[in-house]
Amino acid sequence: MALLEVSNLGIAFGGLQAVAQLDLSIEKGHLYGLIGPNGAGKTTVFNMLTGVYRPTEGNIVLDGKDITGQNPELISRAGVARTFQNIRLFNDMTVLDNVKVGLHNQIKYNMWTGILRLPAYREKEHEMNRQAKKLLKIFDLDGQANLKASQLPYGKQRKLEIARALATNPKLLLLDEPAAGMNPNETEELMQTVRSVRDQFGIAILLIEHDMNFVMGICEEITVLDYGRVIARGDGKAIRNNPKVIAAYLGGD
Amino acid sequence: MNIKNMKRSTRSNLITFGIVIAFYLIVQILSAAGLLTNSFKGQLVPICAYVILAISLNLTVGILGELSLGHAGFMSVGAFSGTLVWVTMSPTTPQPLALLLAFVVGGVVAGIFGFLVGVPVLRLSGDYLAIVTLAFGEIVKNVMNACYLGLDANGLHFSLKDAGSLGMEADGKVLINGAMGITGISKASNFTIGTVLVILTLLVILNLVHSRAGRAITSIRDNEIAARSVGIPITKYKLMAFVTSAVFAGIAGVLYSLNYSSLVAKKFDYNTSILILVFVVLGGIGNLRGSVIAAAVLTVLPEMLRSMNDYRMLIYAIVLIVVMIFNQSPQMIELRSKLTARWRKGGKDETKKKGVA
Repeated sequence: MALLEVSNLGIAFGGLQAVAQLDLSIEKGHLYGLIGPNGAGKTTVFNMLTGVYRPTEGNIVLDGKDITGQNPELISRAGVARTFQNIRLFNDMTVLDNVKVGLHNQIKYNMWTGILRLPAYREKEHEMNRQAKKLLKIFDLDGQANLKASQLPYGKQRKLEIARALATNPKLLLLDEPAAGMNPNETEELMQTVRSVRDQFGIAILLIEHDMNFVMGICEEITVLDYGRVIARGDGKAIRNNPKVIAAYLGGD
Repeated sequence: MNIKNMKRSTRSNLITFGIVIAFYLIVQILSAAGLLTNSFKGQLVPICAYVILAISLNLTVGILGELSLGHAGFMSVGAFSGTLVWVTMSPTTPQPLALLLAFVVGGVVAGIFGFLVGVPVLRLSGDYLAIVTLAFGEIVKNVMNACYLGLDANGLHFSLKDAGSLGMEADGKVLINGAMGITGISKASNFTIGTVLVILTLLVILNLVHSRAGRAITSIRDNEIAARSVGIPITKYKLMAFVTSAVFAGIAGVLYSLNYSSLVAKKFDYNTSILILVFVVLGGIGNLRGSVIAAAVLTVLPEMLRSMNDYRMLIYAIVLIVVMIFNQSPQMIELRSKLTARWRKGGKDETKKKGVA
């Protein structure tokens, strides 16, 4: 059984069928790409997978557990983490605290322990700091731990978002255009990072990306969406030569 | 890095406590030396109450990022319930115990109302909380204004009509007399109790903010969607912040009302809520130390300006505008950061010298 089984997933906003009949099967430890022209419904798929939108049809099963239409908090706890197309960091909090918020459900102590500063407070905070630092180090952010998130340059903000998502200890990581706005060098570096994250954490990664070098470079399987429907699926080579995909991107009949 | 970070927040907290304690000591010394006017002495307990109110409202407005316009309402329910406990118990129970109970009951009752208001509203995002809290404050004021409560041998009697319709026996005592409120309160608040409560409030709220729960609350303010995506149960943490804020408003209400011989509902109106919000905004949204200072200064200022009666409100308004420019204008922020950078440098040299000595 695959880690994530999506079957016949669809959502309609009023009369508009944004996504229809989407099937997706994701295995542990693999890298998947989701591509398609603007408005194809890629981010909508992410929003359904993470509970931001409630699908109007179909099922999402994570690790044998049906998570269809649950709220984002529960889905996060079930093991799906994501980043956002338009970066959503906790801007007025420090870089370290951003990751510590991600650790919220991993290392717990209650409100009273915090207010009364019971011994568990120091111990758990210490553990949180240690784990957060470890994650920041992977993304080369450990030098900026005490800066506010908004003070980071753009590329680093993207990385911080991934670090925060990883802090929730996910089984599946969804990256929404991780390379958007990055120059070729940064993109190359990000590719290495994404690969090494997959290897180190042994998680599945599904990513949306417009940078074809990036997608073709690291994804083992690519799904192409157009007008909310899957038009092609396969490895980089197969997708590149698929006439339907070429038509969708370049226009044609 | 981490230790440095921890130290920075601890140091900042210590400065805040230092300011409160220094203010307390200075007032005590001046008072012993007989240098304080009576009107200023009369302001001391209200200052403490307003400081607590400003700190607690800042938890909702600054840390959680939700606008509340009914803080006086929570102050009011806290004040009435706490004062009732004090009035009924103080003749028979030891004073410190009755006083403690009054504060606890005031805080708990306000907290319960905070919960009741918060549960339906905090699930919504946007300005709903502002609207509902505004209505809550007005409802509390009007209900308490028309509320009659009496106590006799048969127990408590309640009416919304008048004192006569309470139907009490001859030995009965009217506790809340409608618009006249509670009268004949034996004054129990003093500056020391007020300062202790200010420190307690600061301790609880600062510790809360710098903990796992506080980070969750702040993350909701910064980006609710992202907070949900990392598994923060947002309704729970919104309620936690809002109820904590209400509890301390209730405690401040008790402190305030026990400083006078009578308590009327009209005192806790919309203007009071806005006044507390002004303290928070001027002290800096999310800046707890700023709230302490703003509440204290802006409570004293109108009294100090009493001698120039005609210009009092004019000067008050100018001070508000100047502070706002100082806090918000980009040029001012730049200038300020330059000044503090220079000051920090100087400060560091000093500590080094001290270390050597």
